[in-house]
Amino acid sequence: MGYPHKSHPRETPVLSKHFGDPSARTLDGWKARGGYKALQQALAMEPTAIVDVVKASGLRGRGGAGFPTGLKWSFMKIGDGKPHYLCCNADESEPGTFKDREIMRWTPHALIEGCAIGAYAIGAETAYIYVRGEFTEPIKRLEDALAEARAAGLIGNNAMGSGKKIDVWVHRGAGAYICGEETALMNSLEGKRGNPRIKPPFPAVSGLFGQPTTINNVETLAAIPHILNNGAEWYKAMCLSSPKSNGSKLFSVCGNVSRPGNYEVVMGFSFKEFLYDLCGGPLPGRKFKALIPGGSSVPVITIEEAETVKMDYEGFMEVGTMLGSGGVIIFDDAQSMPRQLARLSRFYAHESCAQCTQCREGTAWMTKILERIVAGQGTYEDLDTIFDLAENMTGKTICVLSDSCAAPVVSGINKFRGEFEALIKGKRSSTVAVGV
Amino acid sequence: MSVKSVNLTIEGRAISVPEGTSILEAAKAAGVLIPHYCYHPGLPVAGVCRMCLVEDEKMPKLAASCATAAADGQVVHVYSPKALEARKGVLELLLINHPLDCPICDQAGECELQDYTFQEGRADSRYHEPKRFNPVEDFGGDVLYVTNRCILCTRCVRFMDDVHHAPVLNVSERGDRAVIGKAPDADLTQPWAANVIDLCPVGALVSKDFLNKARAWELDRTASVCTGCSQGCNTIIETRDNVIVRQKPRSNDAVNHFYLCDEGRFDYRWMNRPDRAEAPKIRVSDVLTFVDWEIAYGEAAKALKGKRAYVVASPALSNEALYLLKQIYTKSGGEGAFRCETGPEAPLPGVPDLSLRGDRAPNVQGAELLGYTRRDADVLAGLRDGDVLILADDELEGLDTSAAKKASAIIVIGTVLPLNIATPTVMLPIANVAEEEGTFTNLRGRVQRFLQAKAAPGLARPSWFALADLNAALGLQAEHFLPSAVFAAMAASEPAFAGLSYESLGLYGAPVATAPAGAN
Amino acid sequence: MSHGPSAPAHAAPAHHDHAPYEPVFNAGSARSKELADLLTRYPDKRAGLLPALWMVQQDRGWISEDAMREVGDQLGCTAAYVKGVVTFYTMYHQHPVGQHFIQVCTTSPCLCAGADDVVNAFLEHTGCKELGLTSPDGKYTVIEVECLGACGFATPVQVNDEYFEGVKPETVPDLLKKLNG
Repeated sequence: MGYPHKSHPRETPVLSKHFGDPSARTLDGWKARGGYKALQQALAMEPTAIVDVVKASGLRGRGGAGFPTGLKWSFMKIGDGKPHYLCCNADESEPGTFKDREIMRWTPHALIEGCAIGAYAIGAETAYIYVRGEFTEPIKRLEDALAEARAAGLIGNNAMGSGKKIDVWVHRGAGAYICGEETALMNSLEGKRGNPRIKPPFPAVSGLFGQPTTINNVETLAAIPHILNNGAEWYKAMCLSSPKSNGSKLFSVCGNVSRPGNYEVVMGFSFKEFLYDLCGGPLPGRKFKALIPGGSSVPVITIEEAETVKMDYEGFMEVGTMLGSGGVIIFDDAQSMPRQLARLSRFYAHESCAQCTQCREGTAWMTKILERIVAGQGTYEDLDTIFDLAENMTGKTICVLSDSCAAPVVSGINKFRGEFEALIKGKRSSTVAVGV
Repeated sequence: MSVKSVNLTIEGRAISVPEGTSILEAAKAAGVLIPHYCYHPGLPVAGVCRMCLVEDEKMPKLAASCATAAADGQVVHVYSPKALEARKGVLELLLINHPLDCPICDQAGECELQDYTFQEGRADSRYHEPKRFNPVEDFGGDVLYVTNRCILCTRCVRFMDDVHHAPVLNVSERGDRAVIGKAPDADLTQPWAANVIDLCPVGALVSKDFLNKARAWELDRTASVCTGCSQGCNTIIETRDNVIVRQKPRSNDAVNHFYLCDEGRFDYRWMNRPDRAEAPKIRVSDVLTFVDWEIAYGEAAKALKGKRAYVVASPALSNEALYLLKQIYTKSGGEGAFRCETGPEAPLPGVPDLSLRGDRAPNVQGAELLGYTRRDADVLAGLRDGDVLILADDELEGLDTSAAKKASAIIVIGTVLPLNIATPTVMLPIANVAEEEGTFTNLRGRVQRFLQAKAAPGLARPSWFALADLNAALGLQAEHFLPSAVFAAMAASEPAFAGLSYESLGLYGAPVATAPAGAN
Repeated sequence: MSHGPSAPAHAAPAHHDHAPYEPVFNAGSARSKELADLLTRYPDKRAGLLPALWMVQQDRGWISEDAMREVGDQLGCTAAYVKGVVTFYTMYHQHPVGQHFIQVCTTSPCLCAGADDVVNAFLEHTGCKELGLTSPDGKYTVIEVECLGACGFATPVQVNDEYFEGVKPETVPDLLKKLNG
């Protein structure tokens, strides 16, 4: 449902079906909606059988990378004598993305159930839900729901009477975008600075507390109960375009648009119809100009490119960008792209963990150049420097934060070079007063 | 269990290394130094400076060679255009906020930021923005933190955390605001803390002791061994105009790895002391009178004739000097004794068998192997009536010297004249450890050479030289013309040193034949 | 992910006077028990660091160096280590802040919805004058914050633990009234 708007008839509400409905938050309310049946079913299955179902469903990670979830789970060697951990990545901090927050606010039990199933499937007795520190309300909802689930014996030392131990805990972050990177998340959970780790070793070999660990996004785990309840085929059949992208997907829409909010559609939905029909098109008197479709870290596309896209992993790649987290940021013709990109670059400079040289220095330098261009002090050489700098910031660091800073900036300049040149020539951006 | 080898090619050179070796270390073995900052063989890998990026033919992305294991069949290019471009980019980024204050930086001339920029960096900078500024911070102990020069390689933090086990440094803040921070309630006064200065690849952590003393390129460097304790850490003595201005650790995996304790590091000032005995002297009417060396030897031989010699030797004397002194006391049926100052131990927790040792002299083991008696309480206790007391570089400081009156004569072989004894019969001035060549035997029985770093004052002679001449004057043995010859004679007659020679010792030393347990 | 106060507040509120530090985790205290219970969730007690720092901030309003030492002692790490962690995470206050800590999201999606004007409205109506400074009455500190994860509800503003969504410059006075109500 298009929370905070009414559900649109063309949506396929699976995860978002109960957004806006406070009665779905309670254990009784959740059970009345079919909750915890999937967990009960799962606890009667072999872990590998659950992994097989998830594999067959075609579910891919909803955090941004789109890695097949079942395959990720299969990397965990059951019975290796080591403690295993499941981490739920609820650090949702990718600008433009606010879907996980709604899942946690409205359907905390869906996530807890998904975590419990996931933990069991990978041989873990403990799952931690790492929630970004700002999300006080989602944390409260989760804590309340966990208390209910624990009291009812759904999780704990004898989950649903199965004799299996499954603990689920909430762990609160404290303000760091980079903790959404899975290895940084693990460091943060361990009480360290949220520095991404060098891979290998991969988390499935040495992750949280040095033990085999799987990290899944909130939306991914919340989909698991539905897959178990309805079957892998049901999920796999939700597909309108690429056979490699299945299921329903929550897209967060924000920026200059008539109806910002979360929308859940089947993979492969027409982006054009999504933008103009579901999201209500541009604000009155405005036109869409550019989009960052997968959270702020992916390349910018023009509205013309966007209108050709099928909304799935492959569809976004066809126009040189990515589905990412599904956070769609829309800029209309009143926005200055240089100003927006300068602001975005500043975000990454602020969030760089400071480990890698290219990121620590590069994001800050990139920001300074862009802000100078916006202030009317730019030169043509600055654009060349940005491209060269972006090259140095791409594919050379421990994690992809600096790549994420470079991608929207480079694509933005390539696609809206005229706006940058106008500023350099001393003209104001054609549409708005500029100043950062 | 044998370790599996992997075979790879680095810059066209085939190399075989044990499995698990990093590409960076494999390249070193192949004779290629991959530029790097955060990597240090003594510290856990951080992989953060991204300077050591190289091209692996099979990988789409450049690899951080410090954090990537060498693999069979790998073909690595260190100097490919792609790798060079990437490292050039890192260098430019490291310099954008760097103050470029090389003219007043102590690190200049031995700075890896300078060296790699010279090698691979850009000739210009494209950075036109204001540079960030942070004030210099006193980290306590010997360490100043010049924040603006810091490249956040985190070697210092990792050393204090993982090697010193004294986590008082941190990385504070993040992004380009990040700096190295220090705990508010702790200073870098831990016994091994000053190693962070050596570990810092740039001029961010500098020594207060060395501050503004010299330009690196003015220094003469000499391989030596620390005299601060019986550990025998390998060092480099750095002199400028015949004055020692700094002592730094010299890597030796068998002894001190990369490190030197602060006490040892600053234990060089005495080597510069100016109140030295500079000329051979004999006592004439109770007054010491300057004479030619030959006369002094003759006077000493005369005093020793028919007498029992009682040698009080400093455990800071070389094996060579101690050996030659032994010949003198053995011939006369006498005795050699020594005493050693002691102090609290201070181990470096992250390195096995490395500590500031309780015995604060470098050659206690050598003296013992050669048969000297340790008499810490009263080193004159073995002196008999009528003996000739030979004081070999022990000034008898802090000792009741009344027993010395028992001696029929006193011969001083030392760097200074002891002030608390009667005027000696003969005074033979010798060089100190920095002024001569020789060997010490550390507590694990490792024999290590030290070389001459500066000239001895006046007519002072190397101890082995003066003692070899004195041996000759006593009719003991033909002259030795080189310290290596003294050592060879010692190796021939002393079972502990059998089989060793200056050649076999090299600059990293070798264990004595009778090395105690724990030697390597 | 706030742009935390860059300088000590020019007018520290009365409750942040330079009194001697009062430990949070006194033996037998509720906080001490809470921390001990929490540590049972983790195989390594250092994992309790972020939660422990949250407890300190809730009780003391900010995290002083004394507090870092106390938390370090509780969890077996040094004050230097704790400081490295505290300075990494922008939500921990290293200085006292106003009674209402107001964080206005100004990252791109909110910027294009007019977040700058919301920031200015807060600065004007709180008397804070400058970002990061505390108002003379000690009531408010206003900062810009990076993405609050509520982009569809521009402009979101976080005041202490509470979110306010869809804030416009003209709704700022009402919001402030509500805070004091």
